[in-house]
Amino acid sequence: MAHVPEDLHYSKDHEWVRVEGDTALIGITDYAQHALGDIVYVELPRVGDSFAAHDAFGSVESVKAVSEVYAPVSGEVVEVNESLQDEPEKVNSDPYGDGWMIRVRLSDPGEVDSLLTAAEYEDYIKKETE
Amino acid sequence: MRYIPNSPEERAEMLRAIGLDSAEQLFDSIPRDLLLTAPLRTPEALSEPEIIARFEQMAARNAAAYRPSFLGAGAYAHYAPTIIDHLISRAEFFTAYTPYQPEISQGTLQAIFEFQTLVCQLTGMDVANASMYDGSTALAEAVLMAERVTGRSRVVISEAVHPEYFEVVHTYVQHAGIELARAAIDPHSGRTSTTDLAAIDDRTAAFVVQSPNFFGCIEELSKLADIVHQKGALLIVAVTESASFGLLRPPGACGADIVVAEGQSFGVPLSFGGPYVGLFATRERFVRQMPSRLVGVAYDKAGRRGFVLTLATREQHIRREKATSNICTNEGLIALAATIYMATMGRRGLQELAQQCAQKAAYAARQIASLDGFSLPYSAPHFNEFVVRAPVRADELLKQLAVERNITGGLPLSRYFADRPNDFLVCVTELNTRAEIDALVAGLKQLAVAAVAV
Amino acid sequence: MNGSKITKATPHVTQNEDLIFERSRRGRIGYRLPALDVELTPIDEIVPAELRRDDDLEGVPELSEVDVVRHFTRLSTWNYAVDHGMYPLGSCTMKYNSRLNERVARLAGFANLHPLAPAEDAQGALQVLYELQQHLAEITGLPGVSLQPAAGAHGEMTGVMLIRAYLDARDGKGHGRDVMLVPDSAHGTNPASANLSGFRVKTVRTTPEGLTDLDQLRELCATGDVAGLMLTNPNTLGLFERNIREICRIVHEAGGLVYMDGANMNALVGWVRPGEMGVDVIHLNLHKTFSTPHGGGGPGSGPCCCTAELEPFLPVPRIVREGDGFRLDYDRPHSIGRVRAFYGNFGMAVRALAYILAHGPDGMREATETAVLNARYVAQALTSDYEKPYQAPPMHEVVFTDKRQARKGVHTLDIAKRLIDYGFHPPTIYFPLIVQGAMLIEPTESVGREELDQFIAAMRAIAREAEEEPETVRSAPHTTRIGRLDEAAAARRPVLRWRPAAKAESA
Repeated sequence: MAHVPEDLHYSKDHEWVRVEGDTALIGITDYAQHALGDIVYVELPRVGDSFAAHDAFGSVESVKAVSEVYAPVSGEVVEVNESLQDEPEKVNSDPYGDGWMIRVRLSDPGEVDSLLTAAEYEDYIKKETE
Repeated sequence: MRYIPNSPEERAEMLRAIGLDSAEQLFDSIPRDLLLTAPLRTPEALSEPEIIARFEQMAARNAAAYRPSFLGAGAYAHYAPTIIDHLISRAEFFTAYTPYQPEISQGTLQAIFEFQTLVCQLTGMDVANASMYDGSTALAEAVLMAERVTGRSRVVISEAVHPEYFEVVHTYVQHAGIELARAAIDPHSGRTSTTDLAAIDDRTAAFVVQSPNFFGCIEELSKLADIVHQKGALLIVAVTESASFGLLRPPGACGADIVVAEGQSFGVPLSFGGPYVGLFATRERFVRQMPSRLVGVAYDKAGRRGFVLTLATREQHIRREKATSNICTNEGLIALAATIYMATMGRRGLQELAQQCAQKAAYAARQIASLDGFSLPYSAPHFNEFVVRAPVRADELLKQLAVERNITGGLPLSRYFADRPNDFLVCVTELNTRAEIDALVAGLKQLAVAAVAV
Repeated sequence: MNGSKITKATPHVTQNEDLIFERSRRGRIGYRLPALDVELTPIDEIVPAELRRDDDLEGVPELSEVDVVRHFTRLSTWNYAVDHGMYPLGSCTMKYNSRLNERVARLAGFANLHPLAPAEDAQGALQVLYELQQHLAEITGLPGVSLQPAAGAHGEMTGVMLIRAYLDARDGKGHGRDVMLVPDSAHGTNPASANLSGFRVKTVRTTPEGLTDLDQLRELCATGDVAGLMLTNPNTLGLFERNIREICRIVHEAGGLVYMDGANMNALVGWVRPGEMGVDVIHLNLHKTFSTPHGGGGPGSGPCCCTAELEPFLPVPRIVREGDGFRLDYDRPHSIGRVRAFYGNFGMAVRALAYILAHGPDGMREATETAVLNARYVAQALTSDYEKPYQAPPMHEVVFTDKRQARKGVHTLDIAKRLIDYGFHPPTIYFPLIVQGAMLIEPTESVGREELDQFIAAMRAIAREAEEEPETVRSAPHTTRIGRLDEAAAARRPVLRWRPAAKAESA
């Protein structure tokens, strides 16, 4: 069973959000990294780029697939996890920690409330796998 | 049919085994009215000796294949060591598919890895792919790649790029929203004019130059690179005569960002224009924007080294309409021939080959330039091709030379440039003997005198 | 001596051939050119030093001829090939490559012919191209033929560009028809080629029966922006699109054109012609249907055949007959332009023409029939052991899945690798994308019954192993020089070229 930490918010596209003041860290969930398999490349935006919720902000590649990663919330990118360029496998080994992808400055902090809670997300992936 | 193992009796048994009475029933899922009711109108089957005789007859009608020739312009007559054809004719190479199953394709994969490395060494670039269809399509793909890398949509192409290469680029980019502009040739040097590069601006994705260029002149690549890079654009260098790599400063050492080349010179028969092989090399940082297949090193669980197709997410079978290119099948076997050629000639042979080409061309140019009425219009250094200006129409002169002296003396530039009736392009390689060159010179002299007298 | 103790000697020299660069030894020579027979010109007068390379080609190998022959001969033994046996890659048509074709393509009059030789001195080559064009027109029922495209995807691009040029001429530029419909079962080159030609791609669903969804096609066509449909027939599930006429009618009535991907023509030659189905343009793969060798990934050749309406738009030059002779026609104002320098992969045209002449109309029909029969035979035999997701009888290829084996944790990739241990090349796997765990099997006509039976027996044995000893299958292959390679590590930190040891460390 995929690991779903209690303190995060989740999107139906399998991204997680950790709110820290007026910014949020974003990455993909344990369930998503497992479904994708060995991640070999992560393409991320530049600092300063802005995204609306549901926009694709980057992509992750396994050996034989490419998947877009969607912004769960709107905002401007203030930090990018550069270390994923050389070590994309961190997304597999530590999706909620070292495998984080971007930090955005939230343009509408209220959006976070529309995301799934950990319990809701667990239900959601349970249904998806059935 | 002798290529089909199963006899009619065996096929009848197999039909029965799957519960059918006739071969026609195999096609039951096709609407009846679509099925052909009469045989195809193609020739009746021939035996092997009849087919050989028929092709020998057609081959014999290609008179140009049997006489001394000074044709270049994108396809070059070089010596191909005998072992190349023997090695590429091994069924294990030529009847294999693209190496999708690495455990049983290591021969092909390792050879491609060696090809990629040799292309990097010769071009002076960081990474090279497993091949493109030919030089012209490689160039078109380079232009598309430059647009992806820079996000700009204007490409400036020197007028000294092979006219057919330009046409192919034009076809490829016509629906890609890329605007093409041309950069003029300096009429004295025969090189792309460096004073007139205002055409390169802040919207320019790339500047395309060929060196040696279509007229045989060696371009000042370093100078061009500086100008192009100042505007944030990429320098794409095309090479049609790969034999020049043995002598000329590699484009990579001159600042090129993408290098494409026609690899036909490396042991590949002229074969009326194909199959050839496109070389494609670039800088490490652009690797994910490259078209076509790439082979990389991989290890198995026991730590044994092998090779696999890699970075496949760039390609059409995964990324579909967002792929870097639509290319799938490339020119594997021809790339193998080129690899064997480069390995056989080796470090010394590639240099001697280039030296011989340059020396013989220099000799021929000197001799022709000394003829009354003939001149060499361009002053820039050339490798093994040069433009000659005749005192008479070049197409007629060359036609006469073929008929009366049995020599193909070069390419009349009127084939591509209507305003250059008297100019022709001469190419000399290591295969042209001094006797052939002298016969060319003597023929030009006498025929031109006769023509002027008329 | 106990036979079971004999194992492969892994340090065997032919199994451990180094890279050609690692084999290089300074001073070895593998060539000899004739001595230079002209007076030497000082090199500085020919090319000044600043334009010459100064690296002395460091790193380029130095080898004797024997070294080169052994090197590539050893590498070759690590490949599986059609001449070893059945190579059932679906939609790839790995049929026998006749040596006769190789022989005629190497005739000096072809091999030494320069593409820019004057047409009057290249009549035999133009005749080859012209005759092949005529035969392909007859085989497809589409009269306009260009042999310029160098491979299938290149032919697709050409075909789609023809559609674009035709619509621009018919409706005027800015007609707004910018959508190319592509079924979800299509090969990836289709959407990529459409994109290259400036079209937006919309996907058409496949029905549970495995055919194009006509209702959805009608809906998509109703929007008025459809330029065309790219359809493979038989499709990549091996099924003939029996509604092909209706499909063409729907697209035509919506003002679009139908392009057919001819990758699967080996199921049709001599029996059905695309022109009569209503198709406007098709590409053929000479390296599939017409047996020119795949060469480990090319050269291919992807002729484009089209209706008389589209013919004016074909690439220049056209090869035309004039009296007893042939000439190159550049005067085609509506042409999409060149797609390749010169005239395409001429050497492949020679081989394909030899194939057509060796078969004759009856032989081609017989080949098609046998290819379909072989696939049907395999389809029937494997149904008891593998899941066959589409029930309709297949044409020349059949798709199975790993659904039953997956319950034991054995997947398509494992089955493919285990087939290698039984001496077969695996089928196409995980394609088409719409079939989970797909195994697409195309035996071709070049396989005898006994070998088909061996293949069937191997597949059944693997199905049994998946039940009884799944780990044997999951860890296959067990008999090859190397095991499964770590492709993820290869893609994370790609090493795409050899570098000398010292430099490799600093890089």
